[in-house]
Order: sequence, then structure tokens, then C-alpha cells
Amino acid sequence: MAQAGGQSGRVRQRTHEGFLRHKGFRWAFVATGLSVAAVGVYFFVALQLSEPPNGGSWIGYTLGTISAGLIVWLACLGIRKRAVSDGHYSLKAWVSAHVYLGLSLTVLATLHTGFQFGWNIHTLAYGLMMLVIASGGLGIWAYSVLPHRLSANRGEVTRRQMLDNVASLDAQLQEAAQPLDRACAAIVRHSIEDTEIGGGFWQRLTGNYSHCANKQALGSLRNLPDSGPDSEILAKIETLMTQKADALALARRQMRITALLEAWLFVHIPATFALLAALIAHIVSVFAYW
Amino acid sequence: MAEIFKIAIIGSGPAGLSAAAHAAKKGLSHILLEKTDHLSDTIFRYQKGKHVMATPSVLVLRADAEFDAGKREKILDQWNRDVSAAGVKVQFNSDVKAITGEKGAFTIELKKGDPIQAENIILAVGTQGNPNLMRCDGGNLPHVQYQLDDPGEYTDEHIFVIGGGDAGIENAMGLIADAGQNNTVTLLNRGADFPTAKKPNVDGMMAARDAGRINILTESNTNLVEPGWITVETPQGSTRYKCDRIIARMGAAPPRAFVEAAGVAFASPDRTAFPTLTPTFESTTKPGIYVIGALAGYPLIKHCMNQGYDAVEFISGNTSLEAADEPLLKDKLKGLPGTRSVAEWLEFLRSHVEILNGLSPLQMREFLLDSEVRAYKPGDAIFTRNEQGSSLFGIASGSVKVEVDPTNPAITVPIGESSIFGEVGLISGRRRGATIRAADACICVEIPRMAALKLMSQVPESRETVNRITTERQVLQIFKSGLTPSDISEVLAGAQVMDVKPGEAIITEGDLSDDLYIIRSGSMIVEKTLAGRPVFISYVPAGSYSGEMAMMERSPRSTTVKAAIRSTVVKLPAEPFRELLKRKPELDKRMRSEMKARREINAFIESQQDKFAGAVDMYSSVANFLIKQGIGEATDVLLIDESLCIGCDNCEKACADSHDGLSRLNREAGTTFADIHVPTSCRHCEHPHCMSDCPPNAIRRGPDGEVFISDACIGCGNCQRACPYGVIQMDKPPPPKPSLMKWMLFGMGPGPGQPDYEWRKKAAAKQSSESPKLAIKCDMCSGKSGGPACVRACPTGAAIRVSPDAFLSVARIDRGAN
Repeated sequence: MAQAGGQSGRVRQRTHEGFLRHKGFRWAFVATGLSVAAVGVYFFVALQLSEPPNGGSWIGYTLGTISAGLIVWLACLGIRKRAVSDGHYSLKAWVSAHVYLGLSLTVLATLHTGFQFGWNIHTLAYGLMMLVIASGGLGIWAYSVLPHRLSANRGEVTRRQMLDNVASLDAQLQEAAQPLDRACAAIVRHSIEDTEIGGGFWQRLTGNYSHCANKQALGSLRNLPDSGPDSEILAKIETLMTQKADALALARRQMRITALLEAWLFVHIPATFALLAALIAHIVSVFAYW
Repeated sequence: MAEIFKIAIIGSGPAGLSAAAHAAKKGLSHILLEKTDHLSDTIFRYQKGKHVMATPSVLVLRADAEFDAGKREKILDQWNRDVSAAGVKVQFNSDVKAITGEKGAFTIELKKGDPIQAENIILAVGTQGNPNLMRCDGGNLPHVQYQLDDPGEYTDEHIFVIGGGDAGIENAMGLIADAGQNNTVTLLNRGADFPTAKKPNVDGMMAARDAGRINILTESNTNLVEPGWITVETPQGSTRYKCDRIIARMGAAPPRAFVEAAGVAFASPDRTAFPTLTPTFESTTKPGIYVIGALAGYPLIKHCMNQGYDAVEFISGNTSLEAADEPLLKDKLKGLPGTRSVAEWLEFLRSHVEILNGLSPLQMREFLLDSEVRAYKPGDAIFTRNEQGSSLFGIASGSVKVEVDPTNPAITVPIGESSIFGEVGLISGRRRGATIRAADACICVEIPRMAALKLMSQVPESRETVNRITTERQVLQIFKSGLTPSDISEVLAGAQVMDVKPGEAIITEGDLSDDLYIIRSGSMIVEKTLAGRPVFISYVPAGSYSGEMAMMERSPRSTTVKAAIRSTVVKLPAEPFRELLKRKPELDKRMRSEMKARREINAFIESQQDKFAGAVDMYSSVANFLIKQGIGEATDVLLIDESLCIGCDNCEKACADSHDGLSRLNREAGTTFADIHVPTSCRHCEHPHCMSDCPPNAIRRGPDGEVFISDACIGCGNCQRACPYGVIQMDKPPPPKPSLMKWMLFGMGPGPGQPDYEWRKKAAAKQSSESPKLAIKCDMCSGKSGGPACVRACPTGAAIRVSPDAFLSVARIDRGAN
């Protein structure tokens, strides 16, 4: 139901379909067509030649040029994503094309090698490319599975509110701990001062918070001997700490899903830069040693 | 006996001091009475350094005091100098108790001091009134304040706002608007409910309470105020809370009683009504008393100052004074044929356009300032079909023709002199339904929506005329089929305009009623009971009809039709309409074919209900959720498909980068149901709440239907408070940041998106110029050829912009069933 609206003739997208289904899988068809054509031509040519059509044959050059062009163009998504220009473009269309054309590289570049691999810069470039594509595959998986979990976890709570909740519970703990003796106050202070909500990327990714200060404090609190006059206050503090543990768990789950959504990029992006460098080395060396 | 002054001016705000300065310059015996010990208390109480704007920019200032946009301090200094330079006789600390007497011999009684005698009185007391004070012990401590100038001023404080009226709620919400200020805000209300506050205000506050951002104490009273603490009597007992600041908004005594006691009549019993003004300048129903400035309904400083000047001129005998707007009007009327003077044009328009007949010459002047008068040659298009426009046109001479059939421009319906057109756009807020061209050389006056609404509220005759013509036209436009006004006169004779509350049904399933309804404004939802539950069938926007099945087939109602939002419908009696159908087989055929299409939708949903009950339930509940979110009054809303959203916030970043570095949408905030998230972002309402009270009339509709705020914004914040969806923020654009490439290659600047607070503060410190906080909201990327950036920049297709009638269609059932 794409429709142009208004008098100004501006582009107005009304379509409701995800990047994989964009325009009825347009780029999936383009990428498949490209791959099928490349396979067809390759084996047709291979029959004519005495040795396999490697990078040095005319078909090798053609496939190599297309592949190199695609790699550079695919890498440009990083700029397109951040450059918000006034004219018409759809980042979704770019991502859709990025995914399918990127996948088609597995066919195009493999045919370009003529199945000749070795311990050299050329195969390194190929290997890096496959790594980029494989990590991209993880990205597709992440983008199709995780959004739902991300949304289900947070409900209608924003990240800011999650952090505010923890801060507010800390304030209440502080208030409640005022009448306590030094030892008990130290436990509460441990929870307030030493609890790390997120931690490093690896911690966020694994969701392992076994050394969480709040958790430790809660443990020490429960191990305290029954102390008559303060028992009511301690019960209140225990409730607050349990609430804090829940608030922390919610925030950490959110961070974990976010980290999972980003984790593949930590391979995808550096590998892309390594690939670009290896690609340049590959091209330069091929032409230098012609 | 004390001196009898020619003029006594009460109130030394912009209006009063301008009047006094002019009286002094003219050498008239006068006195300026001010309640406080300084001039212009309202402006004086603005927060320090506040930028005061001078709007409307086209209006010429005619006063003996200067005024230009600038800081509060600069303006107050200027006025102090002007007043003393002019030799104004000011009497401070003079709170007026009562005015008695008649023109030529008024007596002004003061709360303190001797009464003052004057021949004429200019009332310029404004509308600020006297706030009700805190009566408990400690109520006079310095941390108790009766107004809030800038909620952004306070950080890390425990603040109690006292009073559950609009002012109190708005103040409290302002204080928690930016969570970064870290204020702990509590609102204290004497009653259990908030009956005097506007519903959106109360809803917003309750939502904030549920989110834990504000505390609300109801049925509570303040017992004691101490520095740093407040003791509150609640139903559960007395509690002492930490409290750094108290903002008491317990209402104000309106000056109405005082003004009325002096003999001045008000326009209506409404609380917000202004005194009735007579045609000559700002004189009132009481001879010798003149009302100017905010009390007269003119809150803008320039208007106030001009009125002060004019009123003094008038009192001093200059009855032929040209109004300050004369050059503006001259300019406005310059391109028109003929050699009429401004006064002659005003009279010509007033007498020739039916809806203007009831205006006084003074009202006519003001009216024309807002409107445009144009001459058209035969065949000129005045507006075209599908154009977005909300103005009303009146024909002063000549006639126009309406191209009723989009496929054949030769079929036209004439509209003659003195009538109006364009009224449907005015009322329903939708696009123009037809192209209208000048039939012969004609002169039309174009009245913008706000001016037209003001006209209709001030002049009852105008309202009736517009209503009558609107109903007639709407019936003709909806049913087309070559109907003429004479065909439908019998149907219209029994027509009834009805206001419908949200959720109220106009048609109930199973009933035996058979009237036909036209939705004039708002929108309706159609429901049918299937398997014992109400199922959403369809959405009916303004400009459509409903109820035709029972009317045509004399059968019981097959569905329930109820209002999605506050709506206005026109009820047309069935019998005359059936007569009309008999006479007009073409109309009968047309309505039957539309009825068939609607039947098919009903039947489709019923059949799906049998096979895919889950999909239908989902469709129905999603539709109900969206209606509850106010989608029923939206024209274009941003939705986020949570099954696709990866939370990258690229939509927010793109929004900020295409709008001076400030994002107008908050992706995370808002509500979610069944993977559909309604973020906090403007929906471009059909009848925008934000437009309702914009002093400079800066909020308008653009060519694509977008509601946007123009440069005329003065930063008053009315729109922010009026918006029930919280999509308007007050902010100033951050300084420009280094380019994307500089960031990508060298790490310069904050990168894409809205810069963080720290960066902004640092970068702003380097800039010397002062810029005020203005209202900021989504403009649907107006003027950008690629359309809304949020949608373009979404990498997964999760962000979509939809119009409710397209989105709430049965097509969703298929999606659900798949």
C-alpha cells in the first residue's frame, strides 16, 4: 500500500514489510539471478577451457571486478546509515540489498577463485570475506529473533526508567539504613556503592553477574543473626534489596539482548576492514606480478 | 478636594505604561496606579534573563515607550527610563479596591491611601489576578512561591506543588519533564479527584505517577511549613516530608468581580470570558471606562502598547485616529481592483459577505488583519482537489464554480456572491474535496482557520450560517450523484447536529432506528458482536456516512457505531432520505454499491471469525488498542513494529540530524501492544490540540497535512501543555556539530544524533548569542523531498508511518492469519 500523499509530491513510504521481505524479496531474486547466471556461465566456460577458469581468465576478471565492487559498495552501508540526507533513500532497501547481495558473494567470489586455494594473500582475502559473510549471517539471525525478546523484556519501561528504578531503590535503601549499626550499614553500603549495573561487554553478553554486590549483600543480610529491635528495618531492607535484584535483572537482560544484537558486529566490522586491506593487497599483488 | 485627573490608568503593565506615557507626552492630567512597588509586575516576575519576544512582527509599534525583543532586564530598564522621561505620574503600592461613579466623575478607592478622582479610567490590570495564599503556619516563608517561571531552574530538589488545578498539574509536570534535573516532585490536592483540571493534564500526571516520576497526595492539606520540611495532613494521618520548595497554585481571584462591580459587562458567563468592547477603541459598556491589554483579550505586548496609545488618543478627543494597523490593511488591499479606501473596503466586505454581516467596524479591522482579500480572473483555481487547506473563503463579489466530478471538470456547481466555500476543510481538517475556480471576475476573502473559529465563537449569526451551509455542502459532497441544494432541502430540514463523546454509540446493534449519520468531525469505529464479543469491523473517518443499511432496508441495525474520539455528527432523518432515493435512482444505485462493499467486509470478517478466530481477535484488539492511543484523531502516525525493531535508535538520530540536532521523537517511550509500539511522536491530529491556544498563531498545517510550528513561535509553552500525547518539548537547538566525515575519520564532535547534554553545554558556552527555548515537534520532515527521515533511516523496516484509515483495514486479518 505504498502511496504518494499530499501536494508536494514527496516520497511517502507506507509499506509495512521487514528488510528481508522488502518489495516482495526483490533483492533476494536479484542476488539469486546473479548467482545462477554466474554458475551457468562458469560451468559453460569451464567446459571450453583446458584448466579451470581461475582469477586470471576473462570470466575470473569479470567475477573478480563484480565481487570487489560489491564488497566496497556493501561496506558503504556504514556511511549510508549515518548520513541523513534530505533526498529519497530507504535504509531498509539498502540493508535488504546488503544482505542478499552479500550472500551472493559466496557464489561469485568462490567461482572467481576457480577453486584454487593456498596459503597466500589471495586466499586470506577470500577467508576474511567468508568470515564477514558468516558473521553477517549471525546478524540476520539476531535481527530476526531478538527484537521480539527485546520488546517483550522491557514492556513499556524505557532504559532510562530501568536505571532510575535502581537509583530510586538505592535512595530508599539509604534512607532505610539510617538507624542501623555499623556492620549492618556496611552491608547496605556494599549494595549501594559497589553494584555495577552493566559491566564490560563480555559480562553484558554472557549475563553472568555472580559477583553482583547486591546479591552478596542480600546473602550477608540473610545470614545475619536475628537481631531483635532492628528486625523490622532489616526486613524492609531485604524487601528493597530483592526489588533491586529484580530491577537489576530486568536492566541486565535488556543489556544482554542489546549486546547480543551488537555482538556479531564486533566481528563483522573489523573483519570488513581487514578484508578491505587484504583485498587491496590481493589486487595490487595480482597486477604487480602479472 | 484632591485633583480630578483626566485619566486614571490602573495597572502598569505594557498596556498601562504605554497609555500613561502617551498621556504624559500629550500633557493630559493623569495618574498611573500600580499595586506593587515596581512597573509591569507580570514581566518583572519573569525568570531572570528570559528572552521576551516582540510579535506579531508585522504590527507597527505605536507608543511613547519603546519595545523590542530582548532580555527581561533590558526591557524593564527601557520602560523605567521611558516612563520617567515622559514624566509619568506613577503612584506605586496602590491596590485599587473599587471604582464608583460615572464618566467625568469616577472615584477610585484604594486599599491604602486617599481615593482618587478621575474623569476617565483605563483598566489595564491584566489577567494575572491575585493568587490565593497559603494560610498555614510558615506559609510566608521564602521558599513558598506562587508561580513557576522556569521549571528548568531547579535541580536535585524536593518540591511540593500544592493544588490540583491545571496550573498546579502543569507546574508539576514541567518540573519532572526532564528527569536529568533529578527533582522529587509531589503534588498535593485537597480533594480526591481533579475535577477542575483538563483531562489530558490529569491523564498525563497519572501516567507519570504510575511510572514513578511523581508522587500524588490526595485528600491532603498542608499543616505546617518549616525550612526544609512540610507537614501534611493525609487521611492516614499527619506526615512530615522533606521539602526544599513549595509552589502553591491554589487558584487566583479573577479580577472579574472587581471589573463587573465598576459597571463593565462581560461577553459571557464563561470563566475565561473578556469584557464586552464597543466599536470605538477599547471602550466598554460603561462610558468612560476603557479596557486594554490582556484583560481585553490581547495578551501580546505590542497589541497592549498600541491600545494604550489609542485609548489615550481617543479620550483626548481624537476620534478620527487612524489605527496602527492602517498601513498594514492598506498594504493588504493594495492589489485589488477599484479605488476604495480601507474603510470603504471594510464596509464593502462586511456588507457583501453574509458571515461578516454581524461584525462591528473594529472587529472587522482585526478580522481583516488575519485574513487575505484576493481578486481572481475567470477560470483561476482558488484551490484544488486534495490540497491541504483549512481556511474558509467568503465571496464578496462575483461567483465561483465547484468541480464536483474529479474525472470531468466540465461538471460544476456554482456558488454565488455573499456565500462561503472551503468550510469542510475548516471543520473536518481533511484535504479539499474539490477544485474551485472563479466563474467570473470575483473578489474573495480567505479566512484562516483560527480567525474563522474566532469569528464563529464571537458572532452567533456567523456560526449559524456556517453550520447551515456546511451541512448542506457536506451532504452534497458525500452523496454526489448530481444532487443540488434544492434536492436535499427536505432532508436538511430535519437534520440535527450532534456532539458525540468518545465511546458513545450513535448506532447500537439490534436497534430499530433508521436514521442516517454523517461524520462531520472526529471519527467512528464500527463493531459487531461475533461469538459473544464485540469485534472491530472498520474505521469511519470524518467526511463519510454511516447507518445506510437500516435506512435503506428498514432492517434492525447490524452493527454498533461509536465515536473513537470526540466527534460531531449530523443526523439525517430516514424518511425524507428514502424519498430522495426514490427521486434519484443514481444516488440509490451508488449507495447500494457502497453498501454492498461494506457488507462484504462484514461478511469477510464473520467468515474469518469462524476459521481464524485468533486472527480476528488480534485484529480487533490491535484496532481497539490503537484507538485508545488516540489514533482515531491522527492523520499520520509513527508506529514501530517491535518484531523488527533492533533498538538502534537510528530513527531518533536521523530525526535529530535532519532537525537542527534535536530529536522530535522518543522511540522507547510510549505504549506497546501485540508488537505494535506507539512511540512518543506527533500524530498530526485532525484537530490539533496544540493549535488551540497559540498566541502568535505559529502552529499550522503544511501541504502534506503535517502540523508544524513556524518561526513565529514565542516559546510560551501553551502547545506543550495542550498536547495530550506529550510530543512537544521546549528546547533550544544545540550549536552545529562537525560533519559526519570529520567524526568518522577524526572522531571530532559527538557523532550522529542528538548531542548529549555535556557536549551541548560546552559548545554553547563557546557561542555568545542567546537563543530562547522554543516549542519543538515533528514536522513530518516538511520540505524534505525524501519524506520523513525516521522511516527512511530505519534499517529493518520497523518504523512505519500510517494513516489510521489505511492501517485499520481488514488487510491486517490476512497478516494475522498467515
